Amino acid sequence: MTVNYGSKRVVVGAHYGLRDWLAQRITAALMALFTLLVLLQVVMGSGPIGYDKWAGIFSSQWMKALTFTIIVAMAYHVWVGVRDIWMDYIKPVAVRLSLQIFTLVWLVSCTGWAIQVLWRL
Amino acid sequence: MTETAPKRPEFRNINALSDLPTYRLPPAGWVSILHRISGALMFLLLPFIIWMFDQSVSSEISFAKFKYAFNVGLGFAPGWFLKLIALALIWAYLHHLIAGVRHIYMDAHHAVTKEFGRSSAIATLSTSIALTLLLGAKLFGLY
Repeated sequence: MTVNYGSKRVVVGAHYGLRDWLAQRITAALMALFTLLVLLQVVMGSGPIGYDKWAGIFSSQWMKALTFTIIVAMAYHVWVGVRDIWMDYIKPVAVRLSLQIFTLVWLVSCTGWAIQVLWRL
Repeated sequence: MTETAPKRPEFRNINALSDLPTYRLPPAGWVSILHRISGALMFLLLPFIIWMFDQSVSSEISFAKFKYAFNVGLGFAPGWFLKLIALALIWAYLHHLIAGVRHIYMDAHHAVTKEFGRSSAIATLSTSIALTLLLGAKLFGLY
């Protein structure tokens, strides 16, 4: 069997990415459940959704904490997914690295903004 | 050594302009490439998504501005254009979610068949498009 640990592992081998593979699925499941949770709260009660009802969904402390977790989960999920796109189509190392740096800057900035919006509610 | 072995033809690259338009994908292939495209679209529109979250949730005033932006317009962008972007996001989210659930189901059940791959792909495409049309009609005030 091929050595798949330590400094002698085959660089181009497979299965080193199990952590990201699993993380992408777990974060996906969390986001899907969160979607259901928000949808339920939107659908519950009658009448059109005004500001009070909409903002009220995110204003409780437990919902803020949960939404925060989902924002972080989303950032991780997107990082794995977009990195896959770059790894599939972009071969020159310098270009790929630049795009990966752009992705990280984009994601961390968006995450910070989203958390700011959430926490000043 | 096998010096007499005939040289096998190599196909290293496909030309995006001449090969891709004539390349016929099976339904599962469409689900796959659209999963990627929808994900990339949501990644690029992430600031717009957070802007919508910010506007809609921050205050009564920003909520009113949010409604105004979609009903009338925002700066140089008319309301219908913002709705169109929102509709693209709705489709992207629905397709990505349903295709993702299909993905996880297939990961969990190792013994999936070729037929299931095809039928679930068709179900994914039709469900996401149907729901997009339904929500799009609501978004543009058809009901």
